[in-house]
Amino acid sequence: MRIFLYELKEGLIIALRAIISNKIRAILTMLGIFIGVAVVITMSTAIKGIDNSFQSGISSLGTDVLYVDKWAWFTNQEWWKIRNRKNITIDEYSEFKELVKLPVAVAPVTNTIQTVKYNERRVDNVFVNGSNADYIKTTNFTFAQGRFYSEIESNAARQVAIIGSEIAKKLFPNIDPIDRIIKIGGFNYKVIGVLAEQGSFILGPWNPDNQVYIPIETIFKNFFNRSFKTITINVRANGPAMIDETKAEIEGVMRKVRGLTYDQENDFSINQQEGLQQSYDSVVGVIQIAGLFITGLSLFVGAIGIMNIMFVSVKERTKEIGLRKAIGAKRRTILSQFLLESSAICLVGGLAGLIAAVIISLLINQYVPTSIQIDSVLLGISVSLLTGVISGFAPAYTAAKMDPVEALRYE
Amino acid sequence: MNIIKIEHIAKIYKVGFEEVHALRDVSLNIDKNEYVAIMGPSGSGKSTLMNMLGCLDTPTSGLYLFKGFSVSEMTDNQLANIRNREIGFVFQTFNLLARYDAIHNVELPLVYAGVSKAERRERAKQALIDVGLGDRMSHKPNELSGGQRQRVAIARALVTNPSIILADEPTGNLDSKTGEEIMALFNEIHKKGNTIILVTHEEYIAEHAARIIRLKDGLIEKDEMVKKRLIPELKENFIQ
Repeated sequence: MRIFLYELKEGLIIALRAIISNKIRAILTMLGIFIGVAVVITMSTAIKGIDNSFQSGISSLGTDVLYVDKWAWFTNQEWWKIRNRKNITIDEYSEFKELVKLPVAVAPVTNTIQTVKYNERRVDNVFVNGSNADYIKTTNFTFAQGRFYSEIESNAARQVAIIGSEIAKKLFPNIDPIDRIIKIGGFNYKVIGVLAEQGSFILGPWNPDNQVYIPIETIFKNFFNRSFKTITINVRANGPAMIDETKAEIEGVMRKVRGLTYDQENDFSINQQEGLQQSYDSVVGVIQIAGLFITGLSLFVGAIGIMNIMFVSVKERTKEIGLRKAIGAKRRTILSQFLLESSAICLVGGLAGLIAAVIISLLINQYVPTSIQIDSVLLGISVSLLTGVISGFAPAYTAAKMDPVEALRYE
Repeated sequence: MNIIKIEHIAKIYKVGFEEVHALRDVSLNIDKNEYVAIMGPSGSGKSTLMNMLGCLDTPTSGLYLFKGFSVSEMTDNQLANIRNREIGFVFQTFNLLARYDAIHNVELPLVYAGVSKAERRERAKQALIDVGLGDRMSHKPNELSGGQRQRVAIARALVTNPSIILADEPTGNLDSKTGEEIMALFNEIHKKGNTIILVTHEEYIAEHAARIIRLKDGLIEKDEMVKKRLIPELKENFIQ
């Protein structure tokens, strides 16, 4: 054991000397691993970041929320059939709300896309959500400032608004938004609340950070009348465990509201995030596999480079190997010497790649969320070490099983 | 007891479909503190015999006992251990590692023997002093003359206190004056009680030994004591 440690230490010294004495060669070889590790790690931090963003978006919307809607998120029914369904109205919502018992909160939701302005500043194409005071109970929103609108404000169609964190940043870069008057689609609204950042970049315009919330009655008053388009009923179950039971209840209640007989199909859909999660998983799964495969290829090319250079190194040092064997180096000594050399090259290249990946991740974080995890750091280190061992093995094995007599005679 | 006892060993190489009988039937014994020269023209099998004696190679048939242990039955690791602890090699081309300074070159066999760093340093230093290179320890091989390089190699061979020193044409790459110095050093080492086996094709070098074994066509032609040994004077202050 002690001998092995000495040999290991000696092997490491030999490896470092060999690398130092062939600087340019070693650097060029490292470049392959550097690029490979850098892209693999950048890829994985980007995937992780997108995933985090999606998960936080999902949870800010509430994982136990069901959406009773005219439209189905995921369906194999024909489009025109769904299109011909009746709109869900605010009256149906009231009836529905009276009849359901299991949900903790039920809220009607509609929306409109408008331009939001404060003095000279403006944000176009903002999703403006309209609902009632119960809406906040169907979400997991947290507030940076202020509050949600009350039942009275909602019923009385007051001109009040809650703005998402991104909207707040854009409209009020340096001032307190509370009690300021903004214009939504030309109408004046008083800002009564600002949401804390929900961090769900991937949802795009559906990201609560980019939205504005006003009472549904105010939407009907300012933008379109009650029957202009269908509303969605957001239903929050009492925890994820209750989702299935709640779903069964609201399906029954909604059929009753619609007056459907037993032989008629549902003329509405009940959507839930599980479907969103599934389709997201399949998309991200493909990106992940394709991305890691492509970036993995560059690492593979780097590994071939290492193997190539190690074969050259073994050939060059045939005589040295012969001498080492003659004075008592065992096969495993020679094997570990060359494995250490290839691992050291890979490790140095890999660490440089890792640092580059961290820098790249921080740079692109402004456009795509990235998340540098300790496991990607460990991944980078272990991948580069593994590459070193695997690509160094064949050359090292060749060296280890050299006949000392032949090797000593080599010129 | 014999350090080396060889009985009827043969070595056959296969070159393509042809069999080459490098050694046909060789028997010999070497005792402790002998000074033996092995001579013979090229193709006589002396290199093969030297590789065999140095445990770099194993015989095709016959018996080779090194200190009573049968070499033919040893595994690669056991052979490596024997080479490491019992045999000190000195080569014609020195075979020093160019990137290492003298002391590190001398230390190398001790690394493989698992000797601690401090003891390695100490023993390597002493070995270098013994060969008269106390002031050249941190020189790299390319900063040393041919004779000095060979003395580093001899120090490397001596540092493990081996049972035999195996020198393959140690003066082949040196001018005659330097060669003479190296032979004087060997003589000194022999006087201290070491066993030396010298492989050479030069009569004049072989006559430094006490016994000459002459090989021809894979057989021992003659095995005789040297009547009048050349004993060179050790000049300068080689050995302090």
